[in-house]
Amino acid sequence: MTKKMKKTRNRIIVVLVMFFALLIAEHTGLLENIPFIAKLIIYLIPYLIIGYDVIRKAAINISHGQVFDENFLMMIATFGAFGIGEYSEALAVMLFYQIGELFQDYAVGKSRASIAEMMSIAPEYANLENENKEIEEVDPEDVEIGQILVIKPGEKVPIDGTVIEGESFIDTSAITGESVPRRVYPSQDIISGCVNKDSVLRIKTTKKYEDSTVSKILELVENASNKKSRMENFITRFARYYTPVVTIGAVLLALIPPILGMMEISDSIKRACIFLIVSCPCALVISVPLGFFGGIGASSRKGILVKGSNYLEAIAEAKTLVLDKTGTITKGEFSVKEVRPYGDIDKDELLRIAAHVEGYSNHPIAKSIMEAYEKQGKKADTSLVTNVQEIAGHGVRADFEGDEILAGNSGLLSDNGIQHELSSDAGTIVYLAKNKIFIGTISISDTIKEGAAKAMADVKSVGVSNIVMLTGDGKASAEQVAKEVGIDTVFSELLPADKVDRVEDMLNDASRGKLAFVGDGINDAPVLMRADVGIAMGSLGSDAAIEAADIVLMDDDIRKIADVIRIARKTLTIVKENIVFALFVKILILVLGALGIATMWLAVFGDVGVAVLAILNSMRALSDK
Amino acid sequence: MKKTYKCEVDCANCAAKMEDAVKKIPGVNDARVNFMTQKFMLDADEERYDEILEAAVKACKKVEPDCEIEIK
Repeated sequence: MTKKMKKTRNRIIVVLVMFFALLIAEHTGLLENIPFIAKLIIYLIPYLIIGYDVIRKAAINISHGQVFDENFLMMIATFGAFGIGEYSEALAVMLFYQIGELFQDYAVGKSRASIAEMMSIAPEYANLENENKEIEEVDPEDVEIGQILVIKPGEKVPIDGTVIEGESFIDTSAITGESVPRRVYPSQDIISGCVNKDSVLRIKTTKKYEDSTVSKILELVENASNKKSRMENFITRFARYYTPVVTIGAVLLALIPPILGMMEISDSIKRACIFLIVSCPCALVISVPLGFFGGIGASSRKGILVKGSNYLEAIAEAKTLVLDKTGTITKGEFSVKEVRPYGDIDKDELLRIAAHVEGYSNHPIAKSIMEAYEKQGKKADTSLVTNVQEIAGHGVRADFEGDEILAGNSGLLSDNGIQHELSSDAGTIVYLAKNKIFIGTISISDTIKEGAAKAMADVKSVGVSNIVMLTGDGKASAEQVAKEVGIDTVFSELLPADKVDRVEDMLNDASRGKLAFVGDGINDAPVLMRADVGIAMGSLGSDAAIEAADIVLMDDDIRKIADVIRIARKTLTIVKENIVFALFVKILILVLGALGIATMWLAVFGDVGVAVLAILNSMRALSDK
Repeated sequence: MKKTYKCEVDCANCAAKMEDAVKKIPGVNDARVNFMTQKFMLDADEERYDEILEAAVKACKKVEPDCEIEIK
């Protein structure tokens, strides 16, 4: 509790005691025989103790021309009650209004604190090592690029850098949501916000504090609540009209029935006061952004950065999920899966030949053949290879140890009139021929990410009806991957520009609902921007991805897509509950008030009670169960 | 120039009103009063920044006399 809140609390306690004393006095008839001026003064004392700040603010605001200020309206409502001789009601209204405000402040403060605690990834200091190898504690903002920092066990990594000495396990959970510690050793990059677990590390900074992962994330989350969802905008607009409409309603209610002779003026004023009490839209204005803020907070705890309430709202309605294949569903690491010699040649020999002739190429396929060869502890001697000729789109021709070798796709062999068997392996197949005779195949494929199939099943279970995969790869290998992980539709052999076109086609088809695109953010930035919601793999601090996307999965785990959809759905449900509930109660009080059934007490209770309940409900968005 | 300050606001409605008021000050490019994070962001012309900041604080006080903006 802040100082201000404690002060209010003390005032409330004092006035509450006085209020009950007065109630007893009234009921036992003690106040009946004193003149009305004395009675007014007796009630005005506690009223002023509890309400002086409201009256002060109302006076200031009205001098600034703000007629629809809640303080002013509350003051008019209570003055009205005094005017018609309802002293105890006037006091009660002000008292319960303050209690409600205190509750609201407390609940908002609480949820703000729990979000802040969750986001407590900001380092307080950095241990800077100077030229004399002495360590001094400095503000992370004062550290320059290329300086040496020492991170002791239990401390946070303050700034992104590279490890230069020491080996340790670091806890990345604050950034990625991943609970398994990651091992780091010299020459490895290390990101800020992680906690060093077991031994001292020396790192060289590669970024300034303000460009480091931690400050980027904090900035994103803080700015996220500035990007308003449709629902928040609706409430803001609604609030702008609600107060004036209710206030005008109150004025009409106070004046028209007495003029028409339908009721006493004191009665109509009493009913009008009830209108004024419920004229503040605060319950709605607070609880809606609070719910979204909680949802964004719950996501970031799982290592999912949501860059705005509007994106949380959009992902909740996602019906179509489009994924890029390489780097998203698969790891993007090609490796040799099968080596199948044909005729009287063995596996090792086939791989040796392939590695040599492919040794000049930078193609990922060639590289993976080289890697497979080097894994055997051997190294291709490129000096043995001569007359290398790249045949674009087909493969390579070269002379190796006096033989003519062809390595490439099936077409390359057919073009050279070489008889060969078609391989049924998945992935990319390299066909090899020696002196125009087929000697075997090597198949290379990308590895599917762990849990990809489960990720797709989860996404379906949270309501996505159509999962689409886009890839530049061949049809056969694309369809194999799709089948393995459970993807509905595949578009293969696409150029980067085709991906944008495909996504646009799907966006035009409104029946598909909202479309989310998931990519690694490296070469699919245009698609990320075009989709309703762009989800990027964060690759631990890749700036391009974080920049282009609306949602970032910090640890590249596609299983988190289902998590964020679930959190978003829950957040939206909570927010809708709050809107419906608060509006219902307010309208109910207005109707009952107009009919003369509701008392001013009930109105205050209803109004602040709704606000507090809505805030408590919003806080549920924070927990992700 | 864009800078962020700590800011104490008690009600979400007031925060929105403060934001509107600051945005109307000449020389202000953008302004945010974030009720959730209790931060006030002012983006204004570099040369007249201090002057605009002062006007912004004044405008906020006018809307919500209870708000506190910490200018360091």
